[in-house]
Amino acid sequence: MHSKRIRTTLAAGSAVLGMVALSACGAADTGASSSGGGDTVTIAVPSWVGAEANAAVAKHILEEELGAKVKLQQMDEPVAWDALDSGKVDAILEDWGGVPKKEKRYVEERETVVAAGDLGVTGHIGWFVPKYFADENPDVTDWKNLNKYADEFKTTESGGKGQLLEGSPSYTTNDDAIIKNLDLDLKTVYAGSEAAQITQIKKYVKEKKPFLTYWWTPQWLNAEIDFVEVKLPEYTEGCDADPEKVACAYPNTPLQKYLNADFVKDGGDAAQFLKNFNWSTEQQNQVAKWIAGDGMSSKDAAAKWVEENKSTWEKWLP
Amino acid sequence: MTTATPAPSSPAPEPGKPDKTAEPGKAASTASGSGPDREGPPGRPGALRRLTARTPGRPPARRLLVLALLALVAIPLAASVWGSGSWPDALTYDVRSPLDELDAWLVDNRESHWLFLYFLLHISNNAVSAVDGVLALLQGLGWTGVTAGAAALAWFAGGADLGRRALRTAATALGAFAVIGLLDLWAPAMETLALMAVAVAAAALIGAALGLAAGLSDRCERLLRPVFDTMQVMPAFAYLLPFVLLFGIGTPSALIATVIYAAPPMARLTSLGLRGADPAALEASASLGANAWQRLLTARLPLARRQMLLGLNQTIMMCLSMVVLASVIGAGGLGDEVFTALSRVDVGQALGPGIAIVLIAIWLDRTTAAAGARLDDTSAPASRGRAWSVRAAAAAFVAAASAAGSAALGRQWPEQWTVDLSAPVNTAVDWITDNLGSGIPLIGGTVTWSENFARWVLNPLRDGLQGAPWWLLLLAAAALALLTGTWRTATTAVAALAAIGAMGLWPTSLNTLSQVLAALVVTLLPGVAIGVLAARVPWVDRAIRPVLDVMQTMPQFIYLIPVVALFNVGRTAAIIAAVVYALPAVIRITAQGVRETDPGALEAARSMGASTGQQLRHVQLPLARPALLLAVNQGVVLVLAIVVIGGLVGGGALGYDVVYGLQKSELGIGLTAGAAIVCLGVLLDRVTQPAATRDRR
Repeated sequence: MHSKRIRTTLAAGSAVLGMVALSACGAADTGASSSGGGDTVTIAVPSWVGAEANAAVAKHILEEELGAKVKLQQMDEPVAWDALDSGKVDAILEDWGGVPKKEKRYVEERETVVAAGDLGVTGHIGWFVPKYFADENPDVTDWKNLNKYADEFKTTESGGKGQLLEGSPSYTTNDDAIIKNLDLDLKTVYAGSEAAQITQIKKYVKEKKPFLTYWWTPQWLNAEIDFVEVKLPEYTEGCDADPEKVACAYPNTPLQKYLNADFVKDGGDAAQFLKNFNWSTEQQNQVAKWIAGDGMSSKDAAAKWVEENKSTWEKWLP
Repeated sequence: MTTATPAPSSPAPEPGKPDKTAEPGKAASTASGSGPDREGPPGRPGALRRLTARTPGRPPARRLLVLALLALVAIPLAASVWGSGSWPDALTYDVRSPLDELDAWLVDNRESHWLFLYFLLHISNNAVSAVDGVLALLQGLGWTGVTAGAAALAWFAGGADLGRRALRTAATALGAFAVIGLLDLWAPAMETLALMAVAVAAAALIGAALGLAAGLSDRCERLLRPVFDTMQVMPAFAYLLPFVLLFGIGTPSALIATVIYAAPPMARLTSLGLRGADPAALEASASLGANAWQRLLTARLPLARRQMLLGLNQTIMMCLSMVVLASVIGAGGLGDEVFTALSRVDVGQALGPGIAIVLIAIWLDRTTAAAGARLDDTSAPASRGRAWSVRAAAAAFVAAASAAGSAALGRQWPEQWTVDLSAPVNTAVDWITDNLGSGIPLIGGTVTWSENFARWVLNPLRDGLQGAPWWLLLLAAAALALLTGTWRTATTAVAALAAIGAMGLWPTSLNTLSQVLAALVVTLLPGVAIGVLAARVPWVDRAIRPVLDVMQTMPQFIYLIPVVALFNVGRTAAIIAAVVYALPAVIRITAQGVRETDPGALEAARSMGASTGQQLRHVQLPLARPALLLAVNQGVVLVLAIVVIGGLVGGGALGYDVVYGLQKSELGIGLTAGAAIVCLGVLLDRVTQPAATRDRR
């Protein structure tokens, strides 16, 4: 039949086309150095507002003072690490240590990523209850009494136990292990995204309902809602080494900056500036609140902060 | 032994003997409608062909008897070896470790292995330069030039004259772009448009090529069909991560993921069009001495044009539905705006880019639909000479608009011409969530419903499934599949379920299955009811049409926050999100099916004095059976597609695993959960759909 000839022709045609395409070009540009050495600095922006504040302020100063071109690219922490490795992104300004495996591989083994010091902001993760609930039941702030309140935290999703509301899957958490090892009558319920978690918290607060949640500082919502932390067994060095056996609180994490290795080599003043970038938790919270609480654009908020805090950022300039 | 009922279509034509009855009027009529207005699902036309076949073969009772005998022998044996609880550990295989090893290998070899240097990196570099090129062009044209160009394109598609269709299509384009500018989203909209232009072009080309292969060769068709199914049911979240590893973050991965998701409708409809060509026309062409090539080019392809255009339309819609997802891996554009707004829990701000995406969808949909409508209408074809002069004039108009606009008003949309939606929208959303949550007399409120639904429907269903012995569920799957299908469908259903167990995802998947089943029921009952209503009452149809348009094209991420505010974090919220997404397709397919039932039969029933209810029960619904089956099928596909979104609002289970896999870069977890979702899709398809015709042969 003729259709067979069509098929043969099509197959032969595509084979020829494929060979032409292959032979026409040599090894592809891996892109590793294209952005690092170029004049555009790409900063990864994770999905939380504090990180948006870092990036917006860094962008503003880099562009206004150092004449660099800056591109902010939205992506989650693990993806950003891959991008940092390949050179698609030059800087992560706020790393919570959520991907230790990647950190080890890229910083120590492949040496494609370089640690660039503290951001100056200290992050802390913990279990929190709303202040109105803690005021009525002061002993809830000790983990030993949590089982007493498990009934009050119960929801349809928590399978007969008390609900511990969790956030986005990309955030660092040991909560399942902690619950198991401390023998608590609780169950983690993953909201699945920070947006869903915050919406749920706001709703509980409006109705003055009791709840227990995985939460952290700095967070812009802390300016609107008063949380009280539940004390877990104290953190000691190495108590969270085995993820299965964790039975202690989260450490205070000085948030870290990381840069692409090629960018550090060729990035000149921009790279030096990002290494120097260092501000306090209060300063970051201020900008974050302007953005999330007062509805300013991150650009305007950064411009406002830069104008009011010249003495702080002048020290960052190389 | 087979007394095959006369099927409304015979979807698997003999080789070389094209079947003219395939899809009587179905695909053809949707092609003439205006995209989301008339066409239900984001294109799974391939499913249509499977559905229209009636169950052939032996009566189900006899097959079930055989199954019971088999079960009597096999089950005590299996139960004694592996126990009767959850899926036995002995039959679980570790698929995660090899995947994680693959992940490590990819990272280590990304810059040195030939596979990357000589192949994959070329693809990603070309993708980047193509998108950058289009973006530069759009930016160079300036906002006046782009708006004029879009309107001119729409006008051409509508017939390039002063008729109503051409002018209305052009006005839609003009309005869409004006609103995008007004919402202060011009720059991100252009980024999205550039990515979409390249993605649509690539998806259409690849889809057409695959469709050509599937349309001309039965072997290709058989080979490609499961591939297309997997491409569409596999959640994009699950394969974004491997693509990030293979092609790097940003544009290339986003582009390739979009193309994979969007190419199947083009391929399916191209194949359908080629197979559906009128044999008389082909006969005539052959008798005139045309060889196979000439016949393909002069008869088969032109005859398939309308279907291919519908395929293009569906491909565009599916590309647009990926916009928000693509920004998870750094593609930028409108999706980025949605995400940034969501991180601040600001629905009003997220709505703006959502509206922009809907408007781009409407513009492209109306444009392709107008082109489709023009194919039907053969009167007064413009002469070739005139067409060229019109084209030249339009090009000159766009160039002039671009130059004049750039000079007078700048290339960026003027900032003073923008409005801010976010404050009023947020006020409205807050009011709704405050007042509908609880405390409404008699009916309670959304939170109360949500809790009762979880307590009385979801929990028992989940616990029942998870508590049932593993062999019982396998047996149930086989029995259900046998009721409507053949031994082959039953085997596939059982294999799909067993694969889930073997991957070690048994309890998690059953949790998801319980949610999917509940979501299906909640979607199908109102969906079919509204569909029937819309088919019988014209004003209802007109009233819900724009609502359905928005429900289908609005990115789901935008309604996540209101859904959580109304229903609390949890499985009910996930199910509501799924229902919102799947309902429009079910309504549309039902309405169309009921509307298209044979008017003669209806007339006969009416003249015999049948009441409205009787007409519906005895004539319209039975005749609309294929459409109803398609509605079920689409319900399954769409509900499964949204399982991952459910993971973002507390649905947990497989959806959460997929999100976790992507966000934590755990290839093993994300990909296996994605595969389990595909298996659930196969299982549900086999137990709800009558046997495919391929099994009849």
